[in-house]
Parts: sequence; C-alpha cells; structure tokens
Amino acid sequence: MSDYNFAYLDEQTKRMIRRAILKGIAIPGYQVPFASREMPMPYGWGTGGVQVTAACLTPEDTLKVIDQGADDTTNAVSIRKFFEKTAEIAVTEKTGDATVIQTRHRIPEEPLGEGQILVYQVPIPEPLRFLEPRETETRKMHALEEYGLMHVKLYEDIARHGHIATSYAYPVKVEGRYVMDPSPIPKFDNPKMDMAAIQLFGAGREQRIYAVPPYTKVVSLDFEDHPFDPSKADHPCDLCGAEHTYLDEVIIDDDGGRMFVCSDTDYCAGRQAKGHRGRLSPTEEAAQ
Amino acid sequence: MSAQITPPLPIPLLSVKDIHKTYGGRIGCTDVSFDLYPGEVMGIVGESGSGKSTLLNCLAGHIPTDSGRVLFDTRDRGLIDTLTMSEPERRMLARTDWAFVHQHARDGLRMSVSAGGNVGERLMAVGARHYGDIRAQAVDWLGRVEIDEDRMDDRPTAFSGGMQQRLQIARNLVTGPRLVFMDEPTGGLDVSVQARLLDLLRGLVREMGLSAIIVTHDLAVVRLLADRLMVMKSGHVVETGLTDQVLDDPQHAYTQLLVSSVLQV
Repeated sequence: MSDYNFAYLDEQTKRMIRRAILKGIAIPGYQVPFASREMPMPYGWGTGGVQVTAACLTPEDTLKVIDQGADDTTNAVSIRKFFEKTAEIAVTEKTGDATVIQTRHRIPEEPLGEGQILVYQVPIPEPLRFLEPRETETRKMHALEEYGLMHVKLYEDIARHGHIATSYAYPVKVEGRYVMDPSPIPKFDNPKMDMAAIQLFGAGREQRIYAVPPYTKVVSLDFEDHPFDPSKADHPCDLCGAEHTYLDEVIIDDDGGRMFVCSDTDYCAGRQAKGHRGRLSPTEEAAQ
Repeated sequence: MSAQITPPLPIPLLSVKDIHKTYGGRIGCTDVSFDLYPGEVMGIVGESGSGKSTLLNCLAGHIPTDSGRVLFDTRDRGLIDTLTMSEPERRMLARTDWAFVHQHARDGLRMSVSAGGNVGERLMAVGARHYGDIRAQAVDWLGRVEIDEDRMDDRPTAFSGGMQQRLQIARNLVTGPRLVFMDEPTGGLDVSVQARLLDLLRGLVREMGLSAIIVTHDLAVVRLLADRLMVMKSGHVVETGLTDQVLDDPQHAYTQLLVSSVLQV
C-alpha cells in the first residue's frame, strides 16, 4: 500500500485541475490558466501532462505513456512508474487497451476511439509566442481573433525555404475559432486530431490547460497556393514495411548507413507480430 | 447641444473636438479642435514637450484621452467617435483605414521578420491567404518606396535607417489607408535621405489622395508636405492657418520665434 494520495495530487488540487479541463473542453482551443503545482520531476519532463493525467485517472483506468511514439524511453518509463507507484493502476503498452494515454510529441498510429483520453505534454502553449512576446497582447489577439500574424510565420517559411518548413508544432485552428499549438507533434499527426477521443493539453511551467473535444474540427493553417502537407520520410518502415506511418531515422553505422523505423513502437511490434516484414527485418532462420 | 446647421459640402474625414489630456496635474494637450478634410495634409509643429506627440497618440487611440471626441468618417457607418467605439472596431480601423508611421522605424516594424513579411502582415491581418498575391503586392509596394526586389527577403536589421523608414511607410500604406498619422517621419535621418523620403512621401500622398497628420519640429518638412499648419506650445494650439501663411507671416510670438530660429543656409 502506498502512502500517496491516489495519483499523487491531493483531492482539492485534482478538483481545481478538473475545473480547468472542463472549461477547456467547453471552449475548444482556449488556453485556461490553472495553478500548476510543483511535481517531483523537472519542468520540461511533462509536469503539465502528469497533472492532467493525475486529475483524469480513476482506479479502473489503464494507462499508457509514450515519448516520441515509444513506450520504452526514459521519460515514458519514469512517468509510467510514477503512476504505478502513486495510483496503483494497470499500465499497458497496447494503444487499444489503454483508457488514458499520456503522450509526448506523437499521436499513436492506431485510431483512438470514444472512451479514450489522450493527454499531451506541452512546452509552450502559446502559438504566437515567438512572433509577439507580450502575453497581454497575444491574449488580446486570441480574444479578438486577430490571427494574421500566424500567417506571417508561414509566409516567412515560404519566403526563406520555398515551402512551409514548419514541421512540428504546426499551428491549427480549432472549430473555426481559436488558433492552437498542438504541442510539438509532427505535422504528419495534425490530420489525426479530428478524432473520437478526448484530447487534453497540459503545460506545467506555463500553467495552461487546453482541450479538443471529440469530433471537433481541427484545421491546419496554410495558404491557398501552398496547401498544408502532412509530410513524412519517403520510405517504408524497415522493420514492418508500413508505408503510412511516421518514421524515425536511425543511423546504424559510421558509413552513412541508416534505417527508417516506425516511431510508434507498439504499432510496429503489432504489425511485425502479424507477419509484416521490412527491408532490415531479421530473417525467419535468424529469429529462431 | 448646439443648433443644427447645414454641414459644409465636403464631410470632414476626421473631426477633432476639444481634446484634453493631462499627465497627473500636468497638461499634455488641451482645447484642441480641428477638422481634416479628405486629401488634406495637416502639419503639427512645436518644440519638444509642446504636446504634439501626445495629441497624435490621443488621436490614434494609443493613449486614452481625458475628454474630447475624435470623429472619423468610417466607410460603412459615417462619422463615428473613435474614442468610444469598441476595441475590436478600433483595432480593425487601425489596420485598414488608418496607418501610423513611427519616428523610430523599429517601433513600427517587426525586426525579426523579412521586409516582404512586414509589408504582407497587414494584408494577412485583413484576410489575405494567397501567398503569390501577397508577395506580388509586397514587391509592388517595396518598388514604390524604392527598395529593390532582391532585398525583400532580408530582415529590416540589415537595412539602413532610411530604408527602414521607407519600409515602414510601405508596410503602412499597403492596405490603402485613408488617414495616415506620422510622428516625426524624417527624424534621425541625414538631410539627403530626408529629402528623398520627403519627395517620396509627397508623391504617395498626392497619388493616393491620402489625408495625413504630420507631427514634426522640422519646418522644412511641413513646408513641403502640409497644406495646413497647427502650431503648439505648452499643450495649447497657439496658431493655425495655411502653411505658407503661417510660415511667411507668423502672428503669434512663439511662431515668430520658431520661424526665425531656422538657420538660413
């Protein structure tokens, strides 16, 4: 029996966070300020996401934590262990089995359904931050729907690189109203945000929570003559052969050798178990 | 309040009534009233601290006034008091029908955004979403202010002071405003650059039929640009009239001082 309150935070704090979450869901894309707590981990490791997850968890929940799509990286393992210890809930690596998924920088490849909650870790919730440093001004711009500046950023991209070079944290407009930073997910994942699951965003250091309710229209900003392009590396996965997934590039020797693998480890493993093979998959004999 | 009289034929573009602004107990500017008609350029001159910049900022809605009215002839609803209109409306006005040229180009430009992006910002702010069109308009406007097309992807930090000021003007005029506020547009530039800028401004004002309010302490600037002149001292307007009339035949003691202070080379 652990000596922690369920899911680490005290009940009053969880209540406060739930109120912020409910407000966020009521106003899709709007950044709700909340009294972010110190968590037993450094800022930048997902303190916002952890607080949101803690406020959402019930003893019956099954939690999955991913970091850049992988279940086995430091950040994911630490946060999973944290909730195993403080909430004693079931954990899983299977996307389909999870009821709450905390993620850093990816949306799982497997479509999420109703009854699931996707919690994002957000470093900087304000999409206009680097264009307009004054928070008073950006809030006013959100309130008055003055989003021309967001396109100035995209204009600069095209002017400098010939195409929209922003490849992650690609700004979106939620339900035709608020422009939102989808956290640093690759723009490949942007079209998936039109989903059946609840999406919650927690920024611990910046003390903001925002949300996208299920079946909400999420549109990536673009120009008429430079439409949004959810690009990915032009390769199939070298382990499972998938051609429709987001890939990580891995350097495998010092002669310029490289391989491309699914960044979603659970999805890739699932495909391999079903018999899909890629260019660098171990052969049947070697595997035995 | 006053009896209704038939308005003169042209409706003023901007009608300023009894602007009063104090900083604590000190007068910023007081009792300022004037009408500005379409296509007219009005100069406001005076020494430092005479309240001319305060007045300009009050008119443009940058700082709140204590009392008075600033009526602007909007396209859709006619004469409206801009001081009491809602903030979204005023900000919309500020990026469509109004323009504000700052003394220091850095205050009016986004220094981390390319020249083309600076010019395009106002277009995008009013809904332009076609990159090619935005860029074509930016090229056009940079050409009008004599900035080469091959400099349009450079940041304003790489520009000289005169170029920055010209870029600021292009950025402001791209949406075809009807009223331009200018706060010492030639301040801090050397004389030859000043001359070119004035030439350019004069051309643009005449060509686009702009109305403008120019605040300056440089009498040469108003002599070249302004149709009418308002002389301010200690927050009060001490003399108004046609530019040539005021400069050639100053009536008020302060205006006489001001005119005689200019060094004749």
